[in-house]
Amino acid sequence: MKFGIVVNEGPFTHQASDSAYRFAVAAVEKGHRVIRVFFYYDGVNNGNKLSSPQADDRNLVKLWGELAAEHKVDLVVCVTAALRRGIKEEILADGFRISGLGQLIEMSLAADRTLVFGD
Amino acid sequence: MAEDQPVEFDTQGVKKRFMFVNRRAPYGSIYALEILEMVLISAAFEQHAAIVFIDDGVFQLKKGQDTSALGMKNFSPTYRVVEMEKDDANEDDDIDMVWRIIVEKESLEARGLEADDLLVGVEVMAAEELSALMAAQDVVLSG
Repeated sequence: MKFGIVVNEGPFTHQASDSAYRFAVAAVEKGHRVIRVFFYYDGVNNGNKLSSPQADDRNLVKLWGELAAEHKVDLVVCVTAALRRGIKEEILADGFRISGLGQLIEMSLAADRTLVFGD
Repeated sequence: MAEDQPVEFDTQGVKKRFMFVNRRAPYGSIYALEILEMVLISAAFEQHAAIVFIDDGVFQLKKGQDTSALGMKNFSPTYRVVEMEKDDANEDDDIDMVWRIIVEKESLEARGLEADDLLVGVEVMAAEELSALMAAQDVVLSG
């Protein structure tokens, strides 16, 4: 199955990004495809490479980037939401790209299921 | 992986039913504004959409919003743009795209509001019916 994933919250404050990441990993391991992860609202903060959690904690920004590299998952940060929150190319983490909201609608049209994580 | 990954999908001819669920008051958090941006962008894709207001989300449509004391932009006139998009799409036979603006009856009543208090024309729908409509959607996005 082809999944599209929407992440609506940033890392750490809420579990949404963790849950979305774990879902994506599980889906790929089961042989499904994650065609895109679209980051909206505070979710755009998942693409901030300046995020520096303590060494004994998970680094979600990095984990997303590794997922993108290993499984060719397209990580898209919404430009309007990102600019509002200071997420720009110069601080964008590896594996992410910045694009428009149209990418969310397009993803939903192409995916068999669109899953939303975050309140 | 942006560079070597196909970042466009072939969605030619794909038609889906979208529901946008507005659940929060217009100010106090950014969700109402940002889901509105989502709704407006989606218009270009000519998909069926139910734009739904439940819980405190019904306040988003209230007439007479004044944000001057908040230092925030009053974006409520933009719901009229949504209404225009809806009317244009529904009246144009060449466009296979039906939009609906729906307000949950229980949420409206619990807040002492009626359809006349709202900025745009809406369908007032009971929770049970709305629940069935939600189950019939292809894509449900919320804010």
